Amino acid sequence: MAMTSLALLVAIRSPCAPLRLGLIALLVIAAALSLGTGAAGVSLPQVLGQCLTGAEISTRDRVVLLDIRLPRLVMGLMVGAALAVAGAVMQGLFRNPLADPGIIGVGAGAGLGAVAMIVLSGFLPAAIAAFFGTWLVPVAAFGGAWTATLLLYRVASRSGQVSIATLLLAGIALAALAGALTGILTYLADDTQLRDLTFWGMGSLAGASDMKLLVGGLLIGPALILTPRLARGLNALALGEATAAHMGHDIERLKHRAVIGVAALAGAAVAMAGGIGFVGIVVPHLLRIAGGPDHKTLLVDAALLGAALLVLADLIARLVVAPAELPIGIVTAILGAPVFLWILIRRQGLGGV
Amino acid sequence: MLEISDLHVARGRSDVLQGLSLTAQPGAVTVILGPNGSGKSTLVQAASGALPYRGRIALQGHEIAKTPAWRLAALRAVLEQSNSVAFPFTVAEVVGMGLHAGIEADHPEIVSAALAEVGLSDLAHRPIQSLSGGQQARAHLARVRAQVWQPVSHAGPRWLLVDEPVASLDIAHQLEVMAILRRFADAGGGVVAVMHDLNLSAQLADEMVLMREGRIEAHGPPEAVMRGPILSRTYGCELQVGAAASDGLWVLPQFARPA
Repeated sequence: MAMTSLALLVAIRSPCAPLRLGLIALLVIAAALSLGTGAAGVSLPQVLGQCLTGAEISTRDRVVLLDIRLPRLVMGLMVGAALAVAGAVMQGLFRNPLADPGIIGVGAGAGLGAVAMIVLSGFLPAAIAAFFGTWLVPVAAFGGAWTATLLLYRVASRSGQVSIATLLLAGIALAALAGALTGILTYLADDTQLRDLTFWGMGSLAGASDMKLLVGGLLIGPALILTPRLARGLNALALGEATAAHMGHDIERLKHRAVIGVAALAGAAVAMAGGIGFVGIVVPHLLRIAGGPDHKTLLVDAALLGAALLVLADLIARLVVAPAELPIGIVTAILGAPVFLWILIRRQGLGGV
Repeated sequence: MLEISDLHVARGRSDVLQGLSLTAQPGAVTVILGPNGSGKSTLVQAASGALPYRGRIALQGHEIAKTPAWRLAALRAVLEQSNSVAFPFTVAEVVGMGLHAGIEADHPEIVSAALAEVGLSDLAHRPIQSLSGGQQARAHLARVRAQVWQPVSHAGPRWLLVDEPVASLDIAHQLEVMAILRRFADAGGGVVAVMHDLNLSAQLADEMVLMREGRIEAHGPPEAVMRGPILSRTYGCELQVGAAASDGLWVLPQFARPA
């Protein structure tokens, strides 16, 4: 429950809005439900009761809770927080609430990097492959996400203004290109790799290994801690690049840091859990409605709500077809896509996109 | 003092400004006038540090191109011609961004004072996007004012560089905004304003700079610049100038009804 205690720490440090407290409560409930639910039928209250009374906990219960459910929960928290914050930062950077790493091709870029590593790592000299090991995939995904975000920003911004039409179209082109290259790699892949790729593409929190959590955490943790420092700059950027510069912000530095932050968060999330869409767009949007657009609160709240919602989505993915499970990307798409459409409909009242 | 000498600014392949020199003093309102495309906005944008340039622009002795953004922000605030806000920030939040850009960030009461100055106190907590165009323009003026709230800091005079500050306002609010700029200059600050309305400019300006095709056509107090032949030549149309009964000058365009 490291994430929860971190959340509590954040809450104590900053003046506590009711929204923040509600989000923390939601996160705790989601985490408890996730730990207490599963095919093995181990009950969390029962185990906690045994802990309190000092009774012996069976090896089976311990293995199910600590080795199966806990890593999966931690991965869900990390990936959910990373996706939501990546979305919020990207929307601030592009000055548009519809920018989302998954929609405009950054996820595809990260995916290409990751797939390239899964398929091609066999061609690397054995010494290098052994040295990087599990690191290769997240680092390649980070590289792919970073390249895609930079490319998008170059293409879509003209003298400081970002055209959302250009952005979305460039994102489609980028995703198509990344998809085609991924296709070539898929063609090269052997049977085991193919299976990995297919399920990975639909997103899943299964297969959370300690190594995966460590590597992902090393990208996501610092990025989550550092992105709130961009808050004031992102707020100013809402008034346009020129105005933000007039108000004393070093725009180039701000953009670089935001791009690296998005790449680290989206890249790590994609590398760990595959294609999980709509978290990055739905979470910040709901929070702007509930608590306003100020990035000083938005970036922290997005981490909390993103983590909670992804854990709940994973719970749904595990429950609906139990004892099998749905890929979580399907759950977030079924729930998230209608919200995305709803945002579009609402925005038409404000003068369109 | 704002000192500009031998300024060249390129837009695309051609130089919009070609060897322009100009000095503006704090404690005065310098109004920049000229037909569309004469380089007024380019001049103000270069002076605010938004455009690369050749030559010299120094504000209170700081060469603009070599001064970091945060230091410039303490020295001058810039109101651009058009302003848009991407997310539903409240009016007070937007003005607060201006305040945090300046050196008085630990005085949050300046936000309400700036809003009172532009007459928007009642709308402080409304999303800025829900305001009318004129109200939004005044909110952005309040943001800019909050950034350089005291016209003179311990480091010397501070500056307002404003591009068409009254363009989207009705006549009463145009006069209010002019009064805000006037007070800022009278208190020792420097004001450089790009304007289109010759009559309002005549009443606001201490110094007038009349531009055409990237060069200065005329420069001086309104009485020296506001002359029929000079204005007619610069704007390329017949303009008659007269003395107002109250005080100051007026301009009347001579409309030739098509035969």
